[in-house]
Amino acid sequence: MANWYRFSSPQTFYPLAGKMVPWFAGAAAILTLVGLYIGFFVAPTDAQQGESYRIIFIHVPASWMSMFIYLVMAGWAAIGLGFNTRLSHMMASALAPTGALFAFLSLWTGALWGKPTWGTYWVWDARLTSELVLLFLYIGYMALHAAIDDTRRADKACAVLALVGVVNIPIIYFSVQWWNTLHQGASVSVTRAPSMAAVMFAGMIVMVFAFWAYSIAVALARVRAIILERERHAAWVHDLQGAAA
Amino acid sequence: MSAAAAALGVLRRDLLLALRRKSDALAPVFFFVIVASLFPLGIGPEPELLRRIGPGVLWVGALLATMLALARLFAADYEYGTLEQLALSPEPFVLLAAAKVAAHWLVSGLPLIVAAPVLALQYGLPADTIAVLVASLLLGTPVLSLVGAIGAALTLGVRGGGLLVALIVLPLYVPALVFGAGAVDANLAGTGAVAHLSLLGACLVIAGFFAPWAIMAALRIALE
Repeated sequence: MANWYRFSSPQTFYPLAGKMVPWFAGAAAILTLVGLYIGFFVAPTDAQQGESYRIIFIHVPASWMSMFIYLVMAGWAAIGLGFNTRLSHMMASALAPTGALFAFLSLWTGALWGKPTWGTYWVWDARLTSELVLLFLYIGYMALHAAIDDTRRADKACAVLALVGVVNIPIIYFSVQWWNTLHQGASVSVTRAPSMAAVMFAGMIVMVFAFWAYSIAVALARVRAIILERERHAAWVHDLQGAAA
Repeated sequence: MSAAAAALGVLRRDLLLALRRKSDALAPVFFFVIVASLFPLGIGPEPELLRRIGPGVLWVGALLATMLALARLFAADYEYGTLEQLALSPEPFVLLAAAKVAAHWLVSGLPLIVAAPVLALQYGLPADTIAVLVASLLLGTPVLSLVGAIGAALTLGVRGGGLLVALIVLPLYVPALVFGAGAVDANLAGTGAVAHLSLLGACLVIAGFFAPWAIMAALRIALE
């Protein structure tokens, strides 16, 4: 069995991540092109929503990624706290900006879709509200990390925050859902028509994989930058620079 | 000294300190009263409108007042080194941290609940709705203190701590606000507040069980 623990050290992970980044970036580019081609040219116009439904090829994958990245981030945070591995904390903090980006993208595209479909940019729907809260959680995480100068303390404090957040996310989601249903009765529902043409679904799934590849590529590139920044006094980073110069 | 006696000692000490510095302890209540009085000035005195927004305004006001009080929860003990001594004590630190949160709630949360009925009268809420408001605050403000204490511990000694606490803690306050204000609203609408109050009670149980551990972990990180 290969010794995977070897890669928990920033020094050995740095070149590995460097090798992986182009592959995932290339996959992201190709999958995005394929997904958008299906979305714009192959998928038929929707009978009820017209052309505006095509936002789902960005919107739905972005929403999924924003939630999934928070879980991955909390997972790395838990590993970092449990095993005291620096690289796990670095991965967690490298994922946060991408997650926040997807949360914002999901809200933004949702607003653009909502205007022609619902006639309004924003409704206080349960899903919209919980996505907004998720964006706030990401912002709080990044703000806390930026405010603490001691990186080891910043890592651990943010890990605790991420774990507290992940316990809260389901509670927040259900509270907002019940708030909406108990509050103002049936308003606009985000749940679309149940059946979706296979080709639309295919386009969406391709875009999901594209966003996955993009997230991995960007997170790895960012973690490389974080490793360099934090290990700048280490001998191997100096050797690296010597080799490059 | 047993663990319970140590926790009680921490509780008594914090209450005594609060009694010696009354203005600190009373600031959140006055903030609450002032914020609640500003809303009618801002949106007009129509009784129907005020009754409609009253539950939400009072709950958000109580929430913000609790949050503002968080800055003092651990700060002084952190500066003087008392917190370090508590962490080093042979008694379980999680109990001592929980005792500090309990003292904080008694000092800054309980007065809000006492002030709330008077403010509710200003908003024209009927008597049985006021009773629900008090019940929801009794269940809800401890949740706010417990969850807020996590944020206060995480930001100990960090620059821009006060604003940062708000950024971290306010999203986590959403469930308490939804169920708390929802209970009062439901009573006003005649649909019964029991469901909301039960959920709020569930939040309190969960927060009461998990939050002290998170607070302890956060404090230990801050003290490292």
